[in-house]
Amino acid sequence: MLTKLTGGKVYDPAHKVSGEIRDIYVRDGKMVPPEPNARADQTYDVKGKIVMAGAIDPHTHIGGGKVTIARMMLTEDHYGTEVPRTELTRSGSGDAVPSTLLAGYRYAEMGYTAGFEPAMLPANARQAHMELADTPMLDKGAFAMLGSDDFFLRQLAAKQEFERIKDYVAWTMHAAQAIAVKVVNPGGISDFKFNQRKLDLDEEHIYYHITPRDIIVTLARALQELGVVHPLHVHGCNLGVPGNVETTLATIRAAEGLPLHLTHIQFHSYGTEGDRHFSSGAPRIHELLNKNPNISIDVGQVMFGQTCTASGDSMRQFAISKNASPKKSVIMDIECDAGCGVVPMRYRDKSYVNALQWCIGLETFLLMEDPWRIFLTTDHPNGAPFYTYPHLIRLLMDKGFRDDMLQKINPDAAAMSIVGSLTREYSLDEIAIMTRAGPARSLGLKNIGHLGTGACADITVYRDDANRETMFATPELVFKNGELVVRDGKVIKVVNGATHVARPAYDKSIETSLKHYFEDYHTMRMGNFAVSDDEIENNGKGALIVEPGRARAS
Amino acid sequence: MAITEARKSGSERGSTARYEDVACPFCGLLCDDLKIERKGDQLKVLNTDCVRAVSGFERNLPASSPMVRGKKVGLDEAVEAAAALVRKSKLPLYGGLTTDVEGMRAVMQLADRTGGVVDHVLSEVQYRNLKVLQTNGWITSTLTEVRNRADLIIMVGGDVQKFNPRFYERVVSPPDSMFDLKPVRRTVVFLGKAPDLSLLKGPRVGEIVVLDCDLPRLPELLSALRARLRGAKVHELDIPGITLADVEALAERCKAAKYGVFAWAPPGLDVPHADIIVQQVAEITKDLTAITRFAGLPLGGNEGVVTGAAVCTWLSGSPPRVSFASGQPDYDPYLYSISRMLASGEGDLLIWLASFTPDLLPPKTKLPIILLGTPAVKPAQTPEVFIPVGTPGVDHRGLLVRCDSVVSLPLKDLGRAELPVAADVLASIESAL
Repeated sequence: MLTKLTGGKVYDPAHKVSGEIRDIYVRDGKMVPPEPNARADQTYDVKGKIVMAGAIDPHTHIGGGKVTIARMMLTEDHYGTEVPRTELTRSGSGDAVPSTLLAGYRYAEMGYTAGFEPAMLPANARQAHMELADTPMLDKGAFAMLGSDDFFLRQLAAKQEFERIKDYVAWTMHAAQAIAVKVVNPGGISDFKFNQRKLDLDEEHIYYHITPRDIIVTLARALQELGVVHPLHVHGCNLGVPGNVETTLATIRAAEGLPLHLTHIQFHSYGTEGDRHFSSGAPRIHELLNKNPNISIDVGQVMFGQTCTASGDSMRQFAISKNASPKKSVIMDIECDAGCGVVPMRYRDKSYVNALQWCIGLETFLLMEDPWRIFLTTDHPNGAPFYTYPHLIRLLMDKGFRDDMLQKINPDAAAMSIVGSLTREYSLDEIAIMTRAGPARSLGLKNIGHLGTGACADITVYRDDANRETMFATPELVFKNGELVVRDGKVIKVVNGATHVARPAYDKSIETSLKHYFEDYHTMRMGNFAVSDDEIENNGKGALIVEPGRARAS
Repeated sequence: MAITEARKSGSERGSTARYEDVACPFCGLLCDDLKIERKGDQLKVLNTDCVRAVSGFERNLPASSPMVRGKKVGLDEAVEAAAALVRKSKLPLYGGLTTDVEGMRAVMQLADRTGGVVDHVLSEVQYRNLKVLQTNGWITSTLTEVRNRADLIIMVGGDVQKFNPRFYERVVSPPDSMFDLKPVRRTVVFLGKAPDLSLLKGPRVGEIVVLDCDLPRLPELLSALRARLRGAKVHELDIPGITLADVEALAERCKAAKYGVFAWAPPGLDVPHADIIVQQVAEITKDLTAITRFAGLPLGGNEGVVTGAAVCTWLSGSPPRVSFASGQPDYDPYLYSISRMLASGEGDLLIWLASFTPDLLPPKTKLPIILLGTPAVKPAQTPEVFIPVGTPGVDHRGLLVRCDSVVSLPLKDLGRAELPVAADVLASIESAL
């Protein structure tokens, strides 16, 4: 079947197409070269409209145990936010931590066609994939968390051969059905289990006597040599601690040219200047980022209102649990594998700290010269729920609007930030890079995030509205694999997306030591730990896409 | 939708086969080290004498057939009859729900579509935990973490043997642990009824301390402990058999622990307002975490109750006791208790799902019942429609979430019997609406 979208203004940064008026052709769910003489089965006149690939959220906590713990705990988020079923869609509830079905519908209604869960504990991978399977409309994938798991820490402490460490990293990616690897408070989640409350980049883990620097560099190098496209996804040490800008600068230097992705960097950009000893470190970080092309970031923008923080960083989440609003939290030590912390949070525009966090996020966006190395995130739901993205996009694209908003926040915070002096306005091209082409390239997603021949026909069509918030909140048309699934910001067809994974090569002999490790210490067998392809495919309800990687190097 | 009698399995049913690393669905620990042999439709557990595993896997499977009002019918006819009842119903109640992830997903979809109420048969017990999670939150740990790390384990409410028979063997006293614990032997404290201490043996068990009291006195005991830990004076304690010195000694043990754990099985706290016990434990854990490391370990989790809570939560936003009657998920842990609703004459149809043990029967009710049950189930009243279903992890594959709410395990098809899968039956009923 041939579908044609005619006359739209196309933004496809992966192919250097920036606002050109061109016709788009889709045959059987894939993008195809122009077939001007062929008779289209369906034609959509999108003259004057903006056409982009479906958006990709590269860092959104939408599936896995901690999200369901958050849903279960935060009943307040589920009263008054119920959404009734319709002929097409099922019911659900929740804003900060919506039910899986609602999350899928809402993302699609905002023009998103893929989302990636960034903190999948291997011990909880099965449940993460079950929840992602119940998140309709989106392609998805998940990052396996490593770096506080005892198998790896034992390998590192025992100075095992590097090739064995690589084998273990690759095995974990297979077992957890992951597309990338994330490290969270490197070693710190484990250190917290030994009653430690802080672990800086060069501090030694109290039991293993290795440092977060060792962990980051080892994992980053392992992924590079395994040919995994996405660099190590780093949630660094000292999240949220005033003065952590120094840690972040040191982490960038520690990479020594190795590719790293520093996630929700806003939470890691805090200085200690001023009367309140809390200031923005974003300008200093950007000076270094602009000189280090090996580093990419996403922001973790804070937006005002009620949300819930959910993180693998049990050490830091325990520390902030005293600020929980409402006053309750869950902290967990998990399976000699990782941990988690769920702390509800209300960010207030009149609070100095919260308002400055908001400013720091905006500074981060506005100072970053290379849009290919920055992704638009609120670290849903940690900085804010994902449905605030259209508002955030308007803040970035509209200086006047931004200044109006700046007037409303805590004036001391506004005075401490350079946001008011930054005149940059993001272009549509840059938005398309940050929300499509950039994440796709970084994660190694071959066929999404762009509109080139062979790509999946995930397409979003917006009305060109001067109010960018309105424009990005309600796209006129969204296609998933060539099918029209959203019209005027409402789901009109429910579909299921695929799960993207990466499968670097490993030497199977690692399974011998893993099998013994599981039998000696765990409460689960190695064979049952691994999530099988069958479980994801589940009799045709799901699908796997194995993304190509580079060859393994030693 | 065409309904298959059972999902295809890799092995021929009725033949002889042997399975390793089998996960056991008959308690919340989901031990997955079982070796099981099958001869015909008889299973034999080869490497444990766990009463739950043995009785679950080795239970005789009576002949069964779908029935409508007590008369044998074909499966399609039973599905049609069930669909007719559901179609007519204004407020169907989906209860029991002892099933796996796929079964629960099917229940949720059907309940959403038909405006029903969803409640698990063990919800009341599980709310001893959930109420605390939803009001104060907690700090918890998981089985492997405790197995390797704990130097002090405090069993709250006494014995968990009845609910999780292999807990001592697999978690309290394993042969190996990772962190060179010193001392190697763990102190185990029992608060509440003294258990049969002969069960608690093994190379890792050190001192055993029993503070024997009636369960309803536990909140007092825990309050006194909490007060002492916070440095508040406790002038007297009126719990027979327990002195202030006992409490003082326990407080000192807690403070000296490197990784202390409070473990409890919610069904073992069978007293009114048992959530107060769990809440005290949660708050003591938080207080102690200011100086050392402490965590709670929720056990129990039998009959798919943790799985049911997880699936219901991710699909609707809230754990069971959700009503879809208004077209959207209304959550109320009091109003949407199916036993309360039945007692006050609410609802007009009971759909009861019991796929593990045959003991959790539908409550007595005047409402018509659709029963999807393991063939051994013997309800007190004849259901309008009975459809025998397989047990996940025995007759077909499945997935369950463990008692600690983190780990989930794949359940194997052991090829015991050709029985319909509950999820397929529910989907067929939905298709026939």
